Formats: sequence, C-alpha cells, structure tokens
Amino acid sequence: MGRFVIRRLLGVVVLMFIVSAATFAVFFLGPKFVGADVARNFCGRVCNEQSLVEVKAKLGLDKPIYDQYGAYVKGIFVGRTFGSGETARDCPVPCLGYSFKTDLPVWNQMTDRLPVTFSLAIGAGLIWLVSGVAVGILSALRRGTLFDRAAMSVALAGVSLPVYFTGLVALSVFSYKFKWFVNVHYSGFTDNPAEWAKNLVLPWICLAFLYAATYARLTRANMLETMGEDYIRTARAKGLPEKVVIRKHGFRAALTPIVTIFGLDLGGLLGGAILTESVFGFPGVGKLAVDAIGQQDLPVILGVTLFAGFFIVMANLIVDVLYAYVDPRVRYS
Amino acid sequence: MTQEMIESAAAPRGAASAFLELRDLKVHFPTDDGLVKSVDGLSFQLEKGKTLGIVGESGSGKSVTSLAILGLHKGTRAHLSGEVWLDGTELIGASKEEVRKLRGSKMAMIFQDPLSALHPYFTIGSQIAEAYRIHNDVSRKAARARAVEMLERVGIPTPDKRVDDYPHQFSGGMRQRAMIAMSLSCNPELLIADEPTTALDVTVQAQILDLLRDLQKEFGSAIIMITHDLGVVAEFVDDLLVMYGGKCVEYGTVNEVFYEPQHPYTWGLLSSVTRLDRVREDRLKPIAGSPPSLINVPNGCAFHPRCPYEPQTGGKGSTVVPELVDAGKGHLVRCHLSAKERQDIFLKQVKPTL
Repeated sequence: MGRFVIRRLLGVVVLMFIVSAATFAVFFLGPKFVGADVARNFCGRVCNEQSLVEVKAKLGLDKPIYDQYGAYVKGIFVGRTFGSGETARDCPVPCLGYSFKTDLPVWNQMTDRLPVTFSLAIGAGLIWLVSGVAVGILSALRRGTLFDRAAMSVALAGVSLPVYFTGLVALSVFSYKFKWFVNVHYSGFTDNPAEWAKNLVLPWICLAFLYAATYARLTRANMLETMGEDYIRTARAKGLPEKVVIRKHGFRAALTPIVTIFGLDLGGLLGGAILTESVFGFPGVGKLAVDAIGQQDLPVILGVTLFAGFFIVMANLIVDVLYAYVDPRVRYS
Repeated sequence: MTQEMIESAAAPRGAASAFLELRDLKVHFPTDDGLVKSVDGLSFQLEKGKTLGIVGESGSGKSVTSLAILGLHKGTRAHLSGEVWLDGTELIGASKEEVRKLRGSKMAMIFQDPLSALHPYFTIGSQIAEAYRIHNDVSRKAARARAVEMLERVGIPTPDKRVDDYPHQFSGGMRQRAMIAMSLSCNPELLIADEPTTALDVTVQAQILDLLRDLQKEFGSAIIMITHDLGVVAEFVDDLLVMYGGKCVEYGTVNEVFYEPQHPYTWGLLSSVTRLDRVREDRLKPIAGSPPSLINVPNGCAFHPRCPYEPQTGGKGSTVVPELVDAGKGHLVRCHLSAKERQDIFLKQVKPTL
C-alpha cells in the first residue's frame, strides 16, 4: 500500500508537469500562431514599439518560451525574482508569478479565494451526497411507486437544468421576492459563521440540486442492481430482517461506486465552481478563472488550471486509496 | 407419497404429519408476456434424516420451489398458493416475520455458485457469525468462535486464520464449504441444497457430498438436493422427484426411478447420461426439442411435443393434463400411457440402451 501511494504520488508530479507544460504552451505559445501578441493587451491605450518592448521585458515575454517555462517551474519550487536592479521583486515559494492585470501574486490571489470555493463545494457536496443517496435508495426500494416516479422526474429536471438557470430563479424568488436571503454575498466563516451559512444556503442548494439529481439516479440504479444480487438472497435466507439486509448488505455494496464518483466530483469542484460562483457573485477560484480569461491574464489562468488539475489528480489518488479499504477485493501492491 | 396423499392435495386437510409436506404448491409470476407458472401444483413429503432429490432441466421449477419453501418469494410479485408444512407449521399463510425467524434456524439453504452467493465485502467469518447471531443471543466473540468451529467441521484447514478471509481469497471448493458452514451454523432441521456441487470439480464434489452425508447423520436433518446431476442423485438421495414444466412427472425411491423408470421424460434423462462402464456406442441420446416455455406451457401433457410415444395416447397427450397416479408401491407417474404400454416400451426399447 505504501509503495502504491508513493508510486501514485510520483505519477501525480509527472502529470502536473504535463498539465503545466500543456497549459503553458496553449496560453503562451497559442497566441503566436494566430499572430496575436499577448503583451499588447497590457501596454495601455497608447501603445508604441518602445512601450511594447518594456511591457514584454516586465512580463518576461521577451525570453524564449522554454526559458519562460523553466523560470515558471523554478518559481514554483525555489521561488524567483522578477526584473532586476531597483525594480526587482522577489516572488517566494511557491511562486506562480504575478497577475498581468493587477500585479498581485497569483498564489496569494488563489489562496485568498480558496475558502470561498471550499465553503461552496464541501457544503454542497454534503448536501447532494446525503439527499441524492437518500432519494436514490428510497426510489429503488419503492420502485414504480408514485414517490419513485416523482423523484426521478425531479432528478431528470435537476440533471437538465444548468446552475445559471436554477441560480437565477432561486435568487429572484428567495432573494428578491420573498426576501428570505437578502443581498447574497460571501462572508467569511471566521467573521460570523451564521452569516456565512445563511449566505451560502442558496448557492449550496443550487449547486447540490444539479449533482443530487445525478446521484439519486445513480444510487437508485446501483441499489436496484445490488438488491438483485445472489448475496442479498443469501442474506435473506439467513433470516436477516429486511432492514438489515438493505442497510448492511445492500447499501454497502451500492455505495461503493458512489464514493468514487463523489471524490472525483468534489475534486473537480475544488478547482472552482465556475457557474455557481459567477451567478451568485462569489469571489471563488472559479470566478477568478472567469475574470482572468476575460482579461487574458495568463499567469492567473495558468495558476487556476494547475490548481484545478492538482485537486482532480489528488482526488483520484484518494479515491483509489479509499477503494482498497471499501472493497476488500482491491489490493494494491 | 401415497395415493391418499395425492387426493388430499385437492381437498386439504389439517396439519401435516410429515416433517416437511408440500400440498399443491403453486408459484406463478405475472409478467408482461403472460403468467409464468414456474411451479404448478407440487406435492411431496419428506421425513427427518431422509434426502429427497429433485431433478429436472433448467427452468423446470426446482429452484423456485426451494425459494418458496424458504418464503423468499414473500413480498415479491410472485403468486403463491397451496400449503407448505414444516414440522407442524404452515408457511405459505404464515406472516413474513414468522417465516423469517424459521429461515436460517429451522430451515437453511445452500446456494449454488457460492462466489456470487457470498457477500464480497464481508469476511467469511463475519458472514457465518451473522447467520448464527440472528437466531442465537450470543456475543460477537461467541459467534466468531462458532464460525471457526463450523469452518473446522466442514474441513477448512487452519480455520482460526481463514475465518478472517474474504470470499475471493477462498478457492471454489472452500467457498462451497464455507457456504455449507454458514447454512449449518444454526443446526437446521431442513437443509435445501441447490446444485451444491455444480461448480466444483469431481474430487471436491465427492468431498462435499460426504460432508453433507456426515452432517446429516450427526444432526438427522432432512435434505432436499436439487440437481441435474444424476450421478449425485444415485449417490446421495433416498427419494427422487422428477420435475418437468413446473410439475412433478415422476416420484419414487431412487432405485425405483433408476431401475424401473415410468415416464418417457425420465427415460430420456437416463438415456442422456454418459456411461463409462459400457461399450462406446455411436452417440448419446439427448431428449429431442427444448424445455417448454413456462408462459406458454403446452396443452395437455407438458412433455407431449418432445415425447416420442405421444401418438400412442390417441390425442390425449395434447389435450388432457395427465394425473399423477400410483404405478405401485407409491411410485408415482404422470403419463397417459397405460402401465402395460410403459412396461413394454421400457423393456423393449429403452432398457437395452441404458
């Protein structure tokens, strides 16, 4: 097991290199192919040859691409210094560069916004996991009943409706009309937990609705399949009460794939719940990414991509390790 | 089973005297395509310490019968009727909870294919202990000790270590032993073994059968052995029930059915057995055709489309369902041919080829 984890961690490092190189190439090399010049976006309204060269030098875009990438990677592991002489500024480890637009360190920008994204993703994750699985199980056990049909119809709607629809509807109904949640905005957990939770209710529900629908359908399908397995018949033949058969024998097996998918979904969201954050104006990592893309703020885009990639890869690793505990047939060596 | 009993099936009387008695058991499944009559009027008796073999092709209703006895159709869409008496208790009309309490303790089942019948996420020991603890108020520790004891009894080496293994860590034969250990953990008085040796190689098969026989001697349990392996039947059972299309077509002691088979379907079954002790003839003789669809069971005798002697019934074969009648000494057969016709055909045409 230990060796497996170490091997996988090495794999994560390699993968992150590939992700960073690919992202770097796309954003720094890509514009060259279409004759665009990234520096031009950042040299102000009156842009002449002179200022363009200065901007390039300042942003480090005058160096060859592999030098730029090398410096970028070096920055992450040992830090780097931008500029020289008077204007030199140190960028401490882990250095993801400075924003082209705001001149703020990318790392700090992201760590500032992580609590927002984490609050959103983890809260919503718990809601959709509990509600989705609960509805899925009830539906499976009451297959074909009115409850099952209604739940699955709602689930179908949930899968089909994007957050920018449900989010706006939720805002207009619960925030503007009924005024249950006025002026929804992010407020830090440490400042006022009650305020934090109250502001997150609508985003949580909107984000969770989307996923809960998928989980309900998935759980229902898994549960139906599991309850038809031979070992369920064996459990009944032992004389176990039906409740125990369902809870211990059925649920246990049906839940395993859900755990996997939950890990991956949550990992994906930690890199930024772009739509939800945008709709509710939450300053999370996803919002940062959207803004950065609009402004061609390459270091930020790169940073967010690496962040998102890191969470997904780590989620994969954690899920694989967890799986060995959940399913005794899986053993890594 | 006697003539008197067959008659009683139509007009049920009070509690049964036999340890296990089925009276006109019917298990029907309504489906979109029609009513599937998996078991259609099955009656038999079984005493403690005795073994009944049930043979028949896939889909003849063998497994459905055993699940019905255990009450595992309760709460499903299956329609059950008739009576199942176990030691003086009628099970079809009993409440779910009542039957559940008997299940695993008084009656237990050994399933075929133990890999899929054992839960992959729990250790062998915990699955056996679980079966024991439902019906016995004991501590976890005591239940675990019981699991080790049961594993030892079914011949698993170093049971105190293997008790913590998962099913996938066991070989096929060991899994079947573990399955048996689980079924026997509460000393059931009725044991239903559904093709317990099908997935096993021959040497292991013999060990498992020996094991069952020893356990039967020890506990005096009644055993129902469901199989399509006539070799196992010859070895193991006292009475034999041949099923076809959800009905009993022949019933008798194993010697009667093997040496004086009465029903053309039984002749077919016996003819299709490989015999190593005979000169190799050109071919085995399979029964022509395929098992009937249970949605659309043939009119009259369910076997008539495949029966080579059907023309001799004068049209009755395809119109009238034959009664199960006593052909002497409780040897029952469901056939339109007269006793004499059957005797002639068997002696002249069938016996020489067996």
